[in-house]
Amino acid sequence: MSTTTTVTPTKLWSGGKSPFNVEYGKLMMWYFLMSDAFTFGAFLISYGTIRFSTNGWPNPNEVFRSFPFAPEGINAPLVFVSVMTFILIISSVTMVLAVHAGHNMDKKGVVRNLILTIIGGILFLSCQAWEWNHLHSEGAWWGHNPFLNHDGTASSTNFTNYFFTITGFHGFHVFSGVLINIIMLIMTLTDKFEKRGHYLMIEKAGLYWHFVDLVWVFVFTCFYLI
Amino acid sequence: MEHTHTEATEQHEGGGTKEIWKVTIILSVLTIIELALGFWMMGMGLESASRLAVKGTIVILMMAKAFYIVAYFMHLKHEIKNLIMTIVVPLALFVWFITAFLYDGNSFRHLRNTYDPHFKEQSTIKVEKKEHTETKEKEAPKEAGKEEKKTVE
Repeated sequence: MSTTTTVTPTKLWSGGKSPFNVEYGKLMMWYFLMSDAFTFGAFLISYGTIRFSTNGWPNPNEVFRSFPFAPEGINAPLVFVSVMTFILIISSVTMVLAVHAGHNMDKKGVVRNLILTIIGGILFLSCQAWEWNHLHSEGAWWGHNPFLNHDGTASSTNFTNYFFTITGFHGFHVFSGVLINIIMLIMTLTDKFEKRGHYLMIEKAGLYWHFVDLVWVFVFTCFYLI
Repeated sequence: MEHTHTEATEQHEGGGTKEIWKVTIILSVLTIIELALGFWMMGMGLESASRLAVKGTIVILMMAKAFYIVAYFMHLKHEIKNLIMTIVVPLALFVWFITAFLYDGNSFRHLRNTYDPHFKEQSTIKVEKKEHTETKEKEAPKEAGKEEKKTVE
């Protein structure tokens, strides 16, 4: 025991010590997220390339300016998407708190924060469903672009194609994240982790959930702000 | 072994709940600044240099937010260096990935504007969209009214 604690950094790979100091599952989750980051990166860079190769592009403030239950034709750019962003940030915080509670073997805290995270995820998905439905009612869909470029010239369908593909891909990640969190909640409630003696599984689900939040930071900036 | 492992993870755990709330506040403030810049940007000229500068600032803030999420929420900062390197170094490919593709897109636009008159012309013809939708709306009730008259007659 005493030898493992006195291992010097130069002998890191000489055995007797885990080089990454994390369990297998967590390391593999990191590698999966890295590959997923490249998938999203490829999508967003492709969007950027097309946007750079086109003379005009629709102004996001004119496209995304509606809000649920507000009168039609309301001009509220950025408002609805800010709500969505804050929902995802807060759900990320509750997920961190769930992971933290898991470290302390606090079952009640894990359950409470997981439920809050699941509610946040469902709220985000509902917002996205409303926005998609609203854009669809305006005539926007894959292959249909009713919006004009900011300078009043005709816009190509690239705008809607990229928007629906990338936000759809992200929304599907949120959906699977919610499913994973629900499974984690059921496993917590049936004392699976209590019997195992640790809540490391929550940590892996948490990594996935934070990644979904991370991707939204990029999607939100690329589509709504810039 | 199991015991020493948990001790080790607790040691590089970081500030715990306090740190979580600190990062939450930082992320919220960064988002609010981003949104404020977004609103401020609306008053600027559509392809002006100042708007481009604000967009650049927003991208920097976006990177800062990404750093806080990965470093603190995903705990990467509290992992050992080997793990940090195995994740961060491959992601450095993105630097070239983004530079090369955006440069390529920009170059393609220049080439088309120079050698493709049709492409250039298309991007100068203005389309009256708002009137178009309005007339559509106006036409629709008119037609409905005609049909009603016909049925009355």
